[in-house]
Amino acid sequence: MKFSEQWLREWVSPQLATQALADQITMAGLEVDAIERVAGDFNAVVVAEVVANTPHPDADKLNVCRVDDGSGEPLQVVCGAPNVEVGQKVPFARVGAVLPGDFTIKPAKLRGVESRGMICSASELGLEEATSAGILVLPASAPVGDDLRLWMGLDDSTIEVDLTPNRGDCLSVLGMAREVGVLNRLPLDGPALEAVPASHDQGFAIEVADPERCPRYLGRVIKGVDVSAATPLWMVERLRRSGVRSIDPVVDVTNYVMLELGQPLHAFDLANLDTRIEVRRARPGERLTLLDGQDIALRDDTLVIADAKGALAIAGVMGGELSGVSAATQDIFLESAFFSQLAVAGQARSYGLHTDASHRFERGVDPALTARAAERATQLLLEIVGGEAGPLVEVASAAHLPGERQVALRAERLEQVLGKRLDDGEVVEILGRLGMRVETQVDGWSARVPSWRFDIAIEEDLIEELARIHGYNRLPVRRPAARLGLRADHEVRQPLARLRRQLVARGYQEAISYSFVAPELQHALHPGARSPRLANPISSDMAVMRYSLFPGLIKALQHNLNRQQQRVRLFETGLVFRGELDDLEQVSMVGALVCGSREPEGWAGGRDKVDFYDLKGDLESLIALGGDSAAWRFEPAEHSALHPGQTAQVFHRGAAVGWIGTLHPAVRAQLGLKVDALLFEVRQDALTEGVLPTFSALSRYPEVRRDLALLVDADLPLQALLDCLREQASEWLTELKLFDVYHGQGVPEGCKSLALGLTWQHPSRTLNDDEINQLVDAIVTESRQRHGAELRG
Amino acid sequence: MDHLPTLVAEARQAIDAADDIAALDDVRVRYLGKKGEITALLKGLGKLPAEQRPAAGERINEAKQLLGGELEARRQALQQAALNARLAAERLDVTLPGRGQESGGLHPVTRTLERIEGLFTRIGFDVAVGPEIEDDYHNFEALNIPAEHPARGMADTFYFDATRLLRTHTSPVQVRTMQAEQPPIRIVCPGRVYRSDSDLTHTPMFHQVEGLLVDEGISFADFKGTIEDFLHAFFERDDLSVRFRPSYFPFTEPSAEVDIQCVMCSGAGCRVCSHSGWIEILGCGMVHPAVFQHSGIDSERYTGFAFGMGAERLAMLRYGVNDLRLFFDNDLRFLRQFG
Repeated sequence: MKFSEQWLREWVSPQLATQALADQITMAGLEVDAIERVAGDFNAVVVAEVVANTPHPDADKLNVCRVDDGSGEPLQVVCGAPNVEVGQKVPFARVGAVLPGDFTIKPAKLRGVESRGMICSASELGLEEATSAGILVLPASAPVGDDLRLWMGLDDSTIEVDLTPNRGDCLSVLGMAREVGVLNRLPLDGPALEAVPASHDQGFAIEVADPERCPRYLGRVIKGVDVSAATPLWMVERLRRSGVRSIDPVVDVTNYVMLELGQPLHAFDLANLDTRIEVRRARPGERLTLLDGQDIALRDDTLVIADAKGALAIAGVMGGELSGVSAATQDIFLESAFFSQLAVAGQARSYGLHTDASHRFERGVDPALTARAAERATQLLLEIVGGEAGPLVEVASAAHLPGERQVALRAERLEQVLGKRLDDGEVVEILGRLGMRVETQVDGWSARVPSWRFDIAIEEDLIEELARIHGYNRLPVRRPAARLGLRADHEVRQPLARLRRQLVARGYQEAISYSFVAPELQHALHPGARSPRLANPISSDMAVMRYSLFPGLIKALQHNLNRQQQRVRLFETGLVFRGELDDLEQVSMVGALVCGSREPEGWAGGRDKVDFYDLKGDLESLIALGGDSAAWRFEPAEHSALHPGQTAQVFHRGAAVGWIGTLHPAVRAQLGLKVDALLFEVRQDALTEGVLPTFSALSRYPEVRRDLALLVDADLPLQALLDCLREQASEWLTELKLFDVYHGQGVPEGCKSLALGLTWQHPSRTLNDDEINQLVDAIVTESRQRHGAELRG
Repeated sequence: MDHLPTLVAEARQAIDAADDIAALDDVRVRYLGKKGEITALLKGLGKLPAEQRPAAGERINEAKQLLGGELEARRQALQQAALNARLAAERLDVTLPGRGQESGGLHPVTRTLERIEGLFTRIGFDVAVGPEIEDDYHNFEALNIPAEHPARGMADTFYFDATRLLRTHTSPVQVRTMQAEQPPIRIVCPGRVYRSDSDLTHTPMFHQVEGLLVDEGISFADFKGTIEDFLHAFFERDDLSVRFRPSYFPFTEPSAEVDIQCVMCSGAGCRVCSHSGWIEILGCGMVHPAVFQHSGIDSERYTGFAFGMGAERLAMLRYGVNDLRLFFDNDLRFLRQFG
């Protein structure tokens, strides 16, 4: 909502400077977003008359004018504007004037002709932003010699207020003035308004088929209007200062009254109306071409203004193209209606529209304004375009008009909510200022809500109004008191923060990427994945919900590679979205990506490329936090995004909880990545779920260690061999370590040698060599039988 | 006997001349060893007349002790020199950087969220989280925002279908908590939220922390105190001015926007605060009775307050970040600054 400060002050004018006024409004909950001067800074610009105009002898596009600025002899001025004509009243900057941008007017010679001053355009005076096509032509009534600033009232500001949706009552100068009046305890002083007597008796039939949605409809025929009349400058200026462009005098008047009082109005060309006005729901298949030229199919829950032939306008939203006022219009039908919030709410949005009218009706327009606004518009129309007003025709349904609202307020509740007891006198006084009629009750008050306050219906609404006017910052400050009770704490559960810090300690930076990703990227990584797709994405590369953390991590990798970062270690935590909407899983994951060298570039080596086992080590360090590494397994598996030979599926307590692997070279190429990257992603709930440590007694007897080198098929997973070893090694095995993997000389092609260290210890006695030898024999035999393993010399 | 002084002088010269432990050992053997020259003199005492023996023995022993002492001193000096030489050879450039991984860092938004969570959990709030794909009921209806409400236009919502959407705030977590638990309820709900808006000062995803306290006897005064304390604690400035401005949210009443004195210019007016000296930092209010009704909480017995704030905005003010969009580029040069 934008309004002119001067216009407001015509209604109510507190002794406050502009900024102080804006601060006061802001602190009352009507947030001032901007204050802008309505004109640029300039001086010594006066109203002048062009008394002579001849072409410049040496320049095609220049004219030599003589201008009377009221100071004596007319002055010679060279003017380049195409629209300059003798007899025009124009803004004239005298020699010595300073225009916006510190532009000083000096005597000059243009192509040999002397020029003493400048005729100004609107943009040169900061009255419009776009460069004007010609000079500003003032009305013939403008008094020659008068200071333009004073005469046009340009020492004014536009105040823009960002109104919350509950305060539809402030969407007018009247509404803002009412609020300023309340805050400053001042009465309102608006323009005088009298009903316009009918000068002919032509009415118009109005039929309201849906009185619930249109409880009141008023119309009036005005005959013989002159649409070619100019809208007076004062009105054009007020519209401009309110952010509204002047269109034609009829539309300007309807807009003006809407800005002044808050009641949207509409004018139809009477010649385009059939026999009567109908207010009804749209019919199946009905269409309407709107004022803005778009043709829409109406839904049957939409209220329309129609005549016998069909829809003319969407009630309270926008008029139709064909029924509006045009240059040929002679008679008009002026509409002023009260549509219920229900009739308009959501309608404009559902058609992709948002208009000044729908904005107001959605928030509630004062039902007491309907006739007042019609009279005010008639009065202005007769002044500007002339014509003869007919009788005001009204169709109203008292049963559907908003009734009187009486809201009770208990003194005890007021104190409970605000934490302060307000003085009884203050309560009555504040509510009274807000236009409520207050009655004191045994336990509090009862307030009758004024017709314009659609937002007040319950006790809390009154409490808020009292707090607001009393001043939030005058209310007390306390700290809530609570009972101190300990809460459950699960020691086995690792906080997510702990997991994050572990990765940070291992050199990872945390990334946060958008939860919606490019469908192409997601498809390249997870061709068969199902995840929800947005109906209204902000752009096509943010259209589907991420199925995994991989797309975001890879996008972040690309971003960094493109900025000369060669070593990237990133992790992210967050939800991924799996399945269709009806069988959706929103799962919290921990994911990481590495690429580049194993260690940061440095003098001490570490320049090897990071590999699968580096990343696995990082993941294992997360797993170790839970103290239950034995519950985890890595099994060779295939994943669409990952290298088939360098991928493991990760299992926790038997359940598949994640993946780790090298980005598939084909996928990598498809994504245009020039370097290898490795990724993992594991369910957060698996990583956070650990076990409680349980003590086992320390043995006092010596431990025995045996090292075995086993020759196995190169493709045999270590895990298979370890499982076999553990099975045979008895419960006294305390440690099983792989300490070497060897290919090369002495090892046949297609084989590898695994060197394993086994440690045994018995809790209550010394193990003897025979026992150990037997265990080793059993291990070797079983490994040979199951996996073809051979003991190396 | 008479050549004892000559012998001692020779021995001392030899000790001085020995330049390593082995040479020194040779000197010791030559003079003091079993067959050494001084030892031989002692053995020769028997050949002297009895009356000369004590004095001669005393002189020889003195010489022996003197030489023994000098040998030891020389040995220690040689050892010390050898150690010094070794230490000198082993000198490192201790200014070279250490080996191994460098530490990474948390994202500034996480850092901010953890800080906020920490401040509230330390006074007895719990952390609650919820789904990000929400339904219309939890995101709007239950928060007193019916379908046709103009407030639906306040947040541009991402939809999947007619009823499913990306949550536009973390307030649905409030609703879910109040439906599941009876007061006292004290929670903070951090998380990602989504609005269809993208420009210099908006990203389509950002983070919010929502707080809720419901109990008997909770008033506007309590929420003013809690919010003020929080802002003072978060910015570590007890003198930070805080003001409450009436505002409107469908799920709270009375509602307020909270401004703090600009932390960049201390209220003098700068670009960050649009020269107003104030920065809008969070929205809050007393829980609306309609929200309690949706959640099955007795609004006559209980009152409560709720507040919500944007984590990115707080992070920008706290760390001086001047461009919101940097938060989601994941540029390492940005992220490393918050390590």
